Amino acid sequence: MSSQYIIRRLLIMIPVLFGVSLIIFTIVRVLPGDPAVVLAGPHATKDVVEQVRIQLGLDKHPVTQYVIFLKNIFRGDLGTSSRTGLPVTQEIMARFPNTLLLALASILVATVLGVLTGIIAGVKQNSKFDYLSMLVALFGISMPVFWLGLMLMLLFSIQLGWFPAVGADSFKHLVLPAITLGANSTAIIARMTRSSMLEVIRLDYIRTARAKGLTEKLVIWRHALKNALIPVVTVIGLQTGTLLGGAVLTEIVFAWPGIGRLLVESILSRDYPVIQGVVLLVATLFIFINLIVDIIYSFLDPRIRYH
Amino acid sequence: MGSSETEYSERKERGRVWEVFRRLSKRVTALIGLVIVLLFLISALIAPLLAPHDPYEHSLAHKLAKPSWDYPLGRDELGRCILSRIIYGARISLLIGLIVISIGIFVGVPVGVVSAYYGGKVDFIVQRFVDTMLAFPGILLALLLIAMLGVGLHNVMIAVGISTIPIYARLARSSVLAIKSRQFVEAARSIGASHLRIILQHLIPNSLSPIIVQSTLHMATAILWAAGLGFLGLGVSPPTAEWGAMLNGGRLYIRVAYHVATFPGLMIFITVLGFNLLGDGLRDALDPRLKT
Repeated sequence: MSSQYIIRRLLIMIPVLFGVSLIIFTIVRVLPGDPAVVLAGPHATKDVVEQVRIQLGLDKHPVTQYVIFLKNIFRGDLGTSSRTGLPVTQEIMARFPNTLLLALASILVATVLGVLTGIIAGVKQNSKFDYLSMLVALFGISMPVFWLGLMLMLLFSIQLGWFPAVGADSFKHLVLPAITLGANSTAIIARMTRSSMLEVIRLDYIRTARAKGLTEKLVIWRHALKNALIPVVTVIGLQTGTLLGGAVLTEIVFAWPGIGRLLVESILSRDYPVIQGVVLLVATLFIFINLIVDIIYSFLDPRIRYH
Repeated sequence: MGSSETEYSERKERGRVWEVFRRLSKRVTALIGLVIVLLFLISALIAPLLAPHDPYEHSLAHKLAKPSWDYPLGRDELGRCILSRIIYGARISLLIGLIVISIGIFVGVPVGVVSAYYGGKVDFIVQRFVDTMLAFPGILLALLLIAMLGVGLHNVMIAVGISTIPIYARLARSSVLAIKSRQFVEAARSIGASHLRIILQHLIPNSLSPIIVQSTLHMATAILWAAGLGFLGLGVSPPTAEWGAMLNGGRLYIRVAYHVATFPGLMIFITVLGFNLLGDGLRDALDPRLKT
């Protein structure tokens, strides 16, 4: 049953992946001007432009062009950066591990803090802790990530000198960017955990567990939590994907050498092959993460597989 | 009979509005949100009357001056009054929010309604397209669009607006699916109402509450994203007073003059918080079923 479900989900993913590549292809191709000139970069000579035109097959039918575009992607050829002249894959691979590290550290912070806060707030509904933590969570959702980053930097690196302000050389460099990027997700996960907890502890099986004389601790940690955390897993997965996209602002604030910063630098210098490559990579990863989340979800809640 | 029916429905409507208000005011947080949003709207509308100084008048002799009586929030890197620029900045943020949401609603809602109403192949194709657009996480689609359209305020609004279309389409679709087989729709169909009439007169008005809630919450997101793009230097061109761009300008001086970056960011935070509080309150008031 479950392998059938995984195969079905994999099959659904294929058209979405094609769709994403088609949207990126279309947006890049419909931009005003000659795509060959744009993709070759502002300083390219006529020969280079011509070479790009042939390489991309821009003289061919749009459908053929799209097929070539896909073929190149499958071969791992995303073109050449018009800014540095290096292959786009090389540019991305040099920066991607940094973004991955940042995103994973952030989601770790967000999961631990968010789930713990959500459980306590849910179990002690209407307590001071509940109100206070949900207020802080609302702050977390409304906080501009770039401002939070600057304020943390102001307090912890400039005033107190505890952490370095910019760069990515050591574990200490990771702390502030990870907290900054994770703040929003922490708030979302905490709210989700709380409401899921509230829903579960009203169910009959919890009443049964209590009625048979189990301690409150056992009821919450053994029985309630197991089911309450199922929707939370989805949110954590979705947040991981969102963090990859959201890393842009944090990376700029802390001069973190990841693909978010690469993307902004490329937009400002109109380096289209790199823009195309980064967007393609992040969107693809996001789709894969969603797939993994769905599969994990189906193991945690077997009812899903029957729908 | 006609008039008594109108009277009844008017009374019912008034009763409903009152009920919404009562539930809304019961929540202090929603009221705080409402006050913040009103203050934001007022400062955007009468900015010239509120601002103590000309937001564009610079004085390099006073650059990065600390807060004082005359300049309560200090001066920025070109010696301009930060308070006045923040007040004027509300105009840009309001404009961005309204345009982004308009694009989302005017394109996304019809797409979602048509998709749900006709169902079948139309629905399938539209929904796969929506899925694909939603496969771009967060701000990424907006960034890609700006990369192609070029930097600037108009393009920021268009890019963020387009990125919100799939969200409205999804939302409108699910609300219409929930009501399309209800009796009043069947009744309209049985008396021979056209598709267009059913959609415009029955389906859209009756699926508005989640869209209103979403729009309030979306004002928050639109302001946040647009400020983010402004912060990245992709939005307004200088010297326009925009909160994200002001924050970006102040970022370089954070070590010597904290106030330049702090106050515009605080304004973004408070405004976004206001819309979130109001949106949460509206959700509970308009549709208690959605309460979390």
